[in-house]
Amino acid sequence: MATGTTPTTPVTEASGGRAHGRAAIAARHLRTDRWWVPPLVTALGLGAFIAYATWRAFANSDYYAAPYVSPFYSPCLASNCTSMKGGADWPLFGDWWGLSPALLVLVFPLGFRLTCYYYRKAYYRGIWWSPPACAVAEPHAKYTGETRFPLILQNVHRYFFYLALIVAGILTYDAVLGFRDPSGDWGHMGLGTVVLLVNIALIWAYTVSCHSCRHVIGGKLRHFSKHPVRYRLWNRVGALTARHMLLAWSSLISVGVADLYVYLVASGAFDDPRFF
Amino acid sequence: MSSYTAHFKVWRGDADGGGLQDFQVEVNDGEVVLDIIHRLQATQASDLAVRWNCKAGKCGSCSAEVNGHPRLMCMTRMSVFRRDETVTVTPMRTFPVIRDLVTDVSFNYTKAREVPAFVPPKGVAAGEYRMAQQDVERSQEFRKCIECFLCQNTCHVVRDHEENKEAFAGPRFLMRIAELDMHPLDAAEETGLNRAASAQEDHGLGYCNITKCCTDVCPENIHITDNALIPLKERAVDRKYDPLVWLGSKIRRRGQ
Amino acid sequence: MTNVERHAYDVVVVGAGGAGLRAAIEARERGMRTAVICKSLFGKAHTVMAEGGIAASMGNANEHDNWQVHFRDTMRGGKFLNHWRMAELHAKEAPDRVWELETWGALFDRTADGRISQRNFGGHEYPRLAHVGDRTGLELIRTLQQKIVSLQQEDHAETGDYEARLKVFQECTVTRILKDRDRVAGVFGYVRESGRLFVIDAPAVVLATGGIGKSFKVTSNSWEYTGDGHALALLAGAPLINMEFIQFHPTGMVWPPSVKGILVTESVRGDGGVLRNSEGERFMFGYVPDVFKEKYAQSEEEADGWYTDPDTHRRPPELLPRDEVARAINSEVKAGRGTPHGGVFLDVSTRLSAEEIKRRLPSMHHQFKELADVDITAEAMEVGPTCHYMMGGVDVEPDTAAARGVPGLFAAGEVAGGMHGSNRLGGNSLSDLLVFGRRAGLFAAEYAAGLGPDSRASATAEQVDAAAAEVLRPFGAAEGAGTGSGGDGSGAAAENPYTLHQELQQVMNDLVGIIRRGPEMEQAMERLTGLRERSRQVGVEGHRQFNPGWHLAMDLRNMLLVSECVARAALERTESRGGHTRDDHPDMDRLWRKVNLVCELAAEPPAEDAGAPAVTLRRRPMDPIRPDLLALFERDELLKYLTDEELDA
Repeated sequence: MATGTTPTTPVTEASGGRAHGRAAIAARHLRTDRWWVPPLVTALGLGAFIAYATWRAFANSDYYAAPYVSPFYSPCLASNCTSMKGGADWPLFGDWWGLSPALLVLVFPLGFRLTCYYYRKAYYRGIWWSPPACAVAEPHAKYTGETRFPLILQNVHRYFFYLALIVAGILTYDAVLGFRDPSGDWGHMGLGTVVLLVNIALIWAYTVSCHSCRHVIGGKLRHFSKHPVRYRLWNRVGALTARHMLLAWSSLISVGVADLYVYLVASGAFDDPRFF
Repeated sequence: MSSYTAHFKVWRGDADGGGLQDFQVEVNDGEVVLDIIHRLQATQASDLAVRWNCKAGKCGSCSAEVNGHPRLMCMTRMSVFRRDETVTVTPMRTFPVIRDLVTDVSFNYTKAREVPAFVPPKGVAAGEYRMAQQDVERSQEFRKCIECFLCQNTCHVVRDHEENKEAFAGPRFLMRIAELDMHPLDAAEETGLNRAASAQEDHGLGYCNITKCCTDVCPENIHITDNALIPLKERAVDRKYDPLVWLGSKIRRRGQ
Repeated sequence: MTNVERHAYDVVVVGAGGAGLRAAIEARERGMRTAVICKSLFGKAHTVMAEGGIAASMGNANEHDNWQVHFRDTMRGGKFLNHWRMAELHAKEAPDRVWELETWGALFDRTADGRISQRNFGGHEYPRLAHVGDRTGLELIRTLQQKIVSLQQEDHAETGDYEARLKVFQECTVTRILKDRDRVAGVFGYVRESGRLFVIDAPAVVLATGGIGKSFKVTSNSWEYTGDGHALALLAGAPLINMEFIQFHPTGMVWPPSVKGILVTESVRGDGGVLRNSEGERFMFGYVPDVFKEKYAQSEEEADGWYTDPDTHRRPPELLPRDEVARAINSEVKAGRGTPHGGVFLDVSTRLSAEEIKRRLPSMHHQFKELADVDITAEAMEVGPTCHYMMGGVDVEPDTAAARGVPGLFAAGEVAGGMHGSNRLGGNSLSDLLVFGRRAGLFAAEYAAGLGPDSRASATAEQVDAAAAEVLRPFGAAEGAGTGSGGDGSGAAAENPYTLHQELQQVMNDLVGIIRRGPEMEQAMERLTGLRERSRQVGVEGHRQFNPGWHLAMDLRNMLLVSECVARAALERTESRGGHTRDDHPDMDRLWRKVNLVCELAAEPPAEDAGAPAVTLRRRPMDPIRPDLLALFERDELLKYLTDEELDA
């Protein structure tokens, strides 16, 4: 008899290619909408950024045009960095590092974004097709999710968040340096300053809207009533977290644009318009 | 009032097989898919099996897939379809079919039993419970769940991989763990049960790759992923992957 | 003997709504092996539709509240036809039943100091309804469901079997109470998904099957509400009382047609919603009956003041008991002042901010947005009366919930009669489920334990065979149609159960509905007899596995039987009171207050003589109200309800 917990249908491989007594529907899905558009757009977007970022990270040139530094190359931690007036070029790694200095620091934002709860969704869906869209069968025979190596490492997201805070701090410093003129005098501003400011604002918004941040700020608490300040902060962060996807994409684009802007100025293809 | 004739395809069959059957059926203003299924029952197929109760989106009985989307039939209005569009209704795919649109959802009741119940705090009598509104709100959101099991049905972890059913509780019951873990007076910890760690160790939280289909299909608009699953993952991190906690437990073990 | 699955339990609970689950929990905690049988999946019971809250005089929102005030409100709401002892037990025990839910994990909305928040509701003097937004019924069901799971986990820890002492048989329908001579011996039914037949031997059976709304066309009730428990009790020889009293909830959706009848919670009015007709007039001020004149505001100004300052203002008339509001809406629509879809306007958007509406009435917001394209934060809803609740039911002993006349049979919740008199107050239903669900479980367990294994008997093979034949007849009718060879098939074509059901709903709606007239009900009796005759020829297609046509054919028997009780009792009672309004007898009559109409199965089931009634009706005097309870009221008020002799006695 039906008790709600004993399967009523035999759990065996049935005929017709169906398993476990499920309804015999051969199609992988019956969706009639264009379900493939979002994963495709995601894959193209991520692919374009990765291609661009890879080129720029290995280029090791045209990343500084006083007073602006590309966010890909800040902080610049090797001796082979272009010297930046008052900038975050600290040769901590010495001169044994011969590759592009971007590679030393990009690890952190890359790790932060790679383990980010939104980006995970984006690439699991868009690139790994696990699943490509809701109620559309995934092409993999086995699935263990994030239960084992390497994907169990996604759990380190919180520590990348802490590191991302430092990076965001340094990029803030870079943006402030943008209020100088090319010779280092304060009180000036150009289009590049605006680009860096917009970028750092989006970076902060994205970083703070992180689910780990929401947890650390207040989500881990049992009794909000005993921590009114953290409760209020948790609510604020929660409002941003709801827009995590939007912030993830807009900050990704703004980082690319900021780098591109510096590249254009540094390579001489474009003159930074100065406002004052 | 205007009415028209719609083309429906409804899956009919049982565990031994079946297929989509075509129907031409009248549709009137303001109707939902469940109305059409009922009209089929009353006029064309009196033994068409369908589960339903309240017809107001409150009981979560009439879960099925409409044009491939997991949905409540009573909350799917006919006006969202073009008049010349074929509407395909199939049973939920993740569970064994019993007949036509009715599936065997016993998987969910089995999983429900595996989640340890609320542990009342010792020494607090009935009537003496004091909880602040802001402290109960998080769990209240999860208690809006009407157990339609659409999230369980759509989750690819079990939808595409039957073998994971053993280890994975599914979004609905991971959310239940989150609900209890956030309950301001739950005393599980005092009995030695850490709900977040147990979610990962015993209920398959790690299988979730936060692709958010559970949230997408939830008819109650519960933010299952953002408010339950991710916080639960973070709580498991607190317990299991925080280097300081890890170091501390190593040292304590050494000392013993 | 027919091939049936056979099980044995100490206590069987039929129905898994609030009352059934509470009864099962109690019986199991008293050590009885308990089975719960429900027609739907576990956790889908109609209780989830209850929105407003649970009435219990905890006094969290207004410290003046206590059981006496609650008792008074309940008696007034029921126009003093309530069984006073039930109303007393209910008012006294409701707070404990609510608090107990918290120890099982329920999360009610809170007051500022962390206690359970309580809201205003029609007919309740103080804010009294414990609630969770507007989904209180869901919270109640889920909490009880999870308590059952928790008991099963305890049993699993102890015995290795989750179902050692408490088992839920879901998606099963009970069609007969089996008896050993005059006592209960078990139940007979079928498994909906497989069509297999089963018997559960048990000395005690608790009926908790809910109401009868599916006999009416416009109803807030789900398909399950086919009067099963009412009919099972009748067929087992137990009487029903107060069957003429049916509550029409004043506010059901009226558009679109497919959702007509779906409930719009009374909390909308409790939280400030006002009713207006198509002329924009707030018409309820014209409908305050004399018995309530002193308690309700006379002007819009006074009514509006009440929301912020209830101590110096009287309540708005929108919060009159449901029967009054339903009649008023009905009159407005009849007088041509209705909305385009035949209702009136209910507007909460003018009093509350959009945010507040979404917080306090989330499922209403959702329901209107999704089903009617109406945004209740900005526009008015269209609402009209809908069949909502059956006040009548199994005649029970107030303290034990035992059905009179059938040892071993118990009833709780909507299927039991007496508690709510002629009209139920909003919020009193959920508390009724808990208070009397617990009592039914408790006394069923005591009864079963008191019997001992030797004095238990199981039903005879003949009984089981007869029950099986009854259940399987619709298949025979389909085959035998036209040949005159199958079952009762007399050569007529098989009847479609859906068609019969629709006709029944139309008859009840049109002829025994919210406003009743003698000649119409006589006509209804005739039509019902005809339907009963045709129902013998009901045939179904297909096989027994999850066959909804067959299920409906089974439920039809119950609906027809119960409808006949309703129509007969409604015709008999020549007054208007609560959920029974006679156009031809518009006044309340104090002499009628002393009388219960008792409906019983006719001694000789009308097998041959199709015109004979299936049920009989008799009048029975009510027990006089205990003096200390009478003393809770002013004599002036009592005079409106009780005769002078009763008061002077």
